[in-house]
Amino acid sequence: MFSYTIRRLLMLIPVLFGMTFIVFFMIRAIPGDPAQVILGQLATEEAINNLRAELGLDQPWFTQYFEYLKQLLTLDLGESLRTRTAVSEEIWPYMAATFELSFVALLIAVVVGVNAGIISAWFQKSWFDYTAMVVALVGVSMPIFWLGLMEQWIFSVQLDWLPPSKRENVKNPVETITHFYLIDSLIQGRMDQFVDVVKHLIMPGIALATIPMAIIARITRSSMLEVLRSDYIRTARAKGQKMFWVVYKHSLKNAVIPVLTVIGLQTGLLLGGAILTETIFSWPGIGRYIYNAIEYRDYPVIQSGILIVATIFVLINLIVDLLYAFIDPRIKYN
Amino acid sequence: MSESSVLQVNGLKTSFFMDKTEVPAVDHVDFDLKQGEIIAIVGESGCGKSVTSLSIMGLVPHPPGKVVGGEVFFNDEDLLKVSESKMRDIRGNEIAMIFQEPMTSLNPLFTIGNQITEAILIHRKWSKKQAKAKAIEYLKLVGLPRAEALMNEYPHQLSGGMRQRVMIAMAMVCEPKVLIADEPTTALDVTIQSQILALMKRLNQKLNTSIILITHDLGVVSEICERVIVMYAGKIVEEADVKTIFEHPEHPYTKGLIQSVPDIRNKKERLYSIPGNVPIPGSIKKGCRFADRCEFVMDRCREKTPELISIEGDHKVRCFLHQESEEQN
Ligand SMILES: Nc1ncnc2c1ncn2[C@@H]1O[C@H](COP(=O)(O)OP(=O)(O)O)[C@@H](O)[C@H]1O
Ligand code: SF4
Ligand SMILES: [Mg+2]
Repeated sequence: MFSYTIRRLLMLIPVLFGMTFIVFFMIRAIPGDPAQVILGQLATEEAINNLRAELGLDQPWFTQYFEYLKQLLTLDLGESLRTRTAVSEEIWPYMAATFELSFVALLIAVVVGVNAGIISAWFQKSWFDYTAMVVALVGVSMPIFWLGLMEQWIFSVQLDWLPPSKRENVKNPVETITHFYLIDSLIQGRMDQFVDVVKHLIMPGIALATIPMAIIARITRSSMLEVLRSDYIRTARAKGQKMFWVVYKHSLKNAVIPVLTVIGLQTGLLLGGAILTETIFSWPGIGRYIYNAIEYRDYPVIQSGILIVATIFVLINLIVDLLYAFIDPRIKYN
Repeated sequence: MSESSVLQVNGLKTSFFMDKTEVPAVDHVDFDLKQGEIIAIVGESGCGKSVTSLSIMGLVPHPPGKVVGGEVFFNDEDLLKVSESKMRDIRGNEIAMIFQEPMTSLNPLFTIGNQITEAILIHRKWSKKQAKAKAIEYLKLVGLPRAEALMNEYPHQLSGGMRQRVMIAMAMVCEPKVLIADEPTTALDVTIQSQILALMKRLNQKLNTSIILITHDLGVVSEICERVIVMYAGKIVEEADVKTIFEHPEHPYTKGLIQSVPDIRNKKERLYSIPGNVPIPGSIKKGCRFADRCEFVMDRCREKTPELISIEGDHKVRCFLHQESEEQN
């Protein structure tokens, strides 16, 4: 198991190397020049050329790429062209914002999706089953931006129940420690802020959760249906076990394996969906961070931001693979 | 309910409802099981043996299956009428069951120890430690070596025979009055088969558990059973003590089954098998269900359904060959 993990981590290196290559050249293929963007429309040719030289943008691309790799080898993510701050220094608050949102979304998706799938499987062909599966079908093909806008229109504009956007009430900001606002407000005992943060999380959380929730519900249902027909479930019932435990102990653990696969794949979508959701809800996450950087042609931020997101994606899938072995004793990695 | 019987099945009828048509898989089955007795229910695959046992356990897959009639008396109570929670108290505790497929009947994701102690803790308010000790005791009782170590192992680490022993330990650990064993040895090879049968016989003598042994192999029956019930297409066609069944079988189906038991001394001879197949339940509307495969078939066999009648003491047969007198009157 340990050596497997090490091997998987080593395999990460060529993957990430390839990533840097693709991202590096792709963003430079986008028309536009950082120096021009930074200095504005009225800047003189000379000023622009000076800035380009200062930023090293006058060098040939491969030289720039080589410099970038050398930087990365010393674990230096570079410096934002716009803010002139080290990316490693300024990226964390954005990452924390995305993690918090993604975590809440995944939580909603798993709890609701798995339970809806279980109930649908258990009461197969009941009205609940039909309703849940129609909702799931709609959910899978839901355009997130439309859902987000509808949420805002109903719950903020019409009903005024929830704040329309952002992470917190700007008049009463959370004092940041970890940049996970749920945690920060809790450890400072600020329940008012905690409630405020939760309220801000609900709508983007649901918007982001919808598609994975629908997929998880459908996968759970079909894997549960298969498991419920299996012999060991009959054995559990023949022991006199209660239905609840038959489902939640004997069935769920078996049914969760395909669900786990989906979760692994969905984290990719979740991180991608985050950019859309963060835009609609003005959520200051990594998606917004990269998106803004693209506007400014802030190459180091784009490169490093995407590199980090890719690393997280690969790591989550590694964790999922390790979890398989943890859940299923028949799976051995060596 | 007679004094010594622990389980009495009267007129049990279980059907499957496919596209609104009723398919009776078990059709008016009656038998009773005495304290400490081992009976066999025999018949080819598809005759309704498993459905009979699942009906007793209240585990018929529903939908599409449903017990539609009859009574199953246990402890002076009709199990078909008791609540689900009462039934749960009985399952595993007073009536336990083991299944044909030892490879898939244990949950692959939990340890042997977990699954056996679970069976105990559902019915006994014991500590985990007590349950564990009991589980180890029963693993030893069913003849498994390294009982303590086995507790922490997973089903996939065990052979089929060992898993079936684990299943038996799990079924017996609450000391049930009745054990239903549905083809417990079918999936195992011959040497393991007789070990498992011997084990069941030993447990029956030691704990006085009554056993219903379900099998399609009459060879298995002769080893441990006292009484045999032969089922065909959802109905009992013959019932007698084991000696009578083997020495004086009366129903043509029983005779066919006996001829198809492999004879160890006569290896050269080709194995006999009854021509044709068990009819799909519900496909035969009238007459004897065995008529299409019976070498003694008569005209009236296709007209009327024979009754199960007693021909001598406890020997019962459902066949017109034994209902002459009644017909002539
Ligand atoms: N889950 C099921 N769905 C539909 N029909 C079934 C089901 N289980 C059993 N049956 C019907 O009941 C009949 C008897 O099955 P079963 O009791 O399993 O036979 P046996 O155990 O004697 O081999 C089968 O021929 C089939 O028609
Ligand atoms: S009743 Fe007729 S067909 Fe049926 S077993 Fe007897 S002789 Fe054969
Ligand atoms: Mg069967």
